[in-house]
Amino acid sequence: MNGLKFHPSDRIAEHVKKIPRSGIREFFELVVDCDDDVISLGVGEPDFVTPWVIRESAIYSLDRGHTSYTSNQGLLSLRKEICNYVNCNFGVNYIPETECLVTVGVSEALDLAMRALVNPGDEVLYSEPCYVSYGAEIRLVHGVPVVIENTADTEFSPDIGQLKAAITPKTKILMLNFPCNPTGATLRLEQMEEIAAIAVKNDLIVFTDEIYSELSYVKRLPTIASLPGMRERTVFLHGFSKAFAMTGFRIGYACGPAEIIAAMNKIHQYTILCAPIMAQEAAEEALKNGLESMEKMRREYQQRRDFVVNGFNEIGLKCLKPKGAFYVFPSIKSTGLSSREFATRLLQEQKVAVVPGTAFGACGEGYIRCCYAASYEELAEALKRIKIFIEDLKR
Amino acid sequence: MKQNILELLSKNARISAAEIAARVGVEEAKVNELIRELEADNIIKGYKVILNEEALNKNIVRALIEVKVTPEREGGFDRIAKRLCRFPEVTDCYLISGDYDLRLEVKGNSLQDVAAFVAEKLSTIDGVISTATLFLLKKYKESGKILEEEEEYERLKVSP
Repeated sequence: MNGLKFHPSDRIAEHVKKIPRSGIREFFELVVDCDDDVISLGVGEPDFVTPWVIRESAIYSLDRGHTSYTSNQGLLSLRKEICNYVNCNFGVNYIPETECLVTVGVSEALDLAMRALVNPGDEVLYSEPCYVSYGAEIRLVHGVPVVIENTADTEFSPDIGQLKAAITPKTKILMLNFPCNPTGATLRLEQMEEIAAIAVKNDLIVFTDEIYSELSYVKRLPTIASLPGMRERTVFLHGFSKAFAMTGFRIGYACGPAEIIAAMNKIHQYTILCAPIMAQEAAEEALKNGLESMEKMRREYQQRRDFVVNGFNEIGLKCLKPKGAFYVFPSIKSTGLSSREFATRLLQEQKVAVVPGTAFGACGEGYIRCCYAASYEELAEALKRIKIFIEDLKR
Repeated sequence: MKQNILELLSKNARISAAEIAARVGVEEAKVNELIRELEADNIIKGYKVILNEEALNKNIVRALIEVKVTPEREGGFDRIAKRLCRFPEVTDCYLISGDYDLRLEVKGNSLQDVAAFVAEKLSTIDGVISTATLFLLKKYKESGKILEEEEEYERLKVSP
């Protein structure tokens, strides 16, 4: 002993220390302290249970004693189904043997893609408000996060001028997520074409997180990877969590050029080995026999979206009609409260949990994220309580 | 639009017109009008409660009865089926393919009630060749509804 006191906190890696706690996590703890009467619009997952055919196939997998590792890349039969599905629905043909990797949720796929491609100091462009992990992911690989702020003026899609201005010689990757968590924003075809042209001109790699793609309430576009010059520079990231209500199964995947997939697989094999076999078999069943259930859930979300958007606008919280995902992102600016104050007081006074917009980036200030993957009764009750809350504020 | 309304009503016949209106995006008055049309067109035949009779402790006895009948030269099975349907004990009646012709579901207050119905009424009807009575012991699912739901599983209240 040298007499110095040992503080574990001193030993945490510097770049990890610098990553702020997730704003969602912070809020989660507040909600946990509340009693049971809370109506939550704070979740980021479907309220449906995984369709029975899919659950049953996971059980069948266990029944047959399928409890082993699979190939690192994932079951070939699943990769074949995935590539066929991506080809039919997104318009890009990937080779199951070399251009597809099954991961533990799309989060792992994103992490692998970052680690495989980012050198320290490389700049990664992404839009805020966005999914909570993007900024942290980039920092974890010693990349430099460069934020494009998406605003209500462009219905939360990227402003092309701002995007162009953000590109420097160090920019390596452009990260996209449409439909977007938390805004529900989607891209129009001409925007996608402009972004693709910028990526080609500046020799950027594009990561496209397609996790909400099936939950589109307008005609669905093909993926950006299908546009000219994009296939070789796009990593297509997707998974089963949202569309098939399979969040707990933790199955995602990446499709892209063989060299990039191989590099990602190198990290995957050393850190994760493979995704759980029973979840992989369930995912295969989802693609074979779960599409009808998925479409039913999508229609249900669409009905709820219309109901919730109208509800917020009637209350006087201006709310755009999102074209995808299962979130609305109403403005609370008219109340004069900050997002955090609004969410905290709404929770304390009316027991409705929503997520402050700032959890998804600084430019989410003035907004809250509300997930409408909840029953109609819950949504109606939540809107009623929010209305009372707003009326109380005015007094 | 009518298809959407039917889907919602099939899931929950007590859903209010206001809720249907909010969900499918039309005026409440229009919803009421469409429902009236569906009723007038004989598409909606009625609205029914799915009861968990066991929980009521009423000891209601139900049985499925397979009935073989002689079809008639004119009208086939229809006339005899319609006749059977008039008995209040009969809650359901289907013409089916296979070893027998009509499948009835009957309801009584006791085993004796159902037995008496079969012996005294059903078997004595002209054209009924034979019957086989299968008493229902426990009902797990009815009209798409699982009667004893498992405890609800709770998600995290906030997640990314």
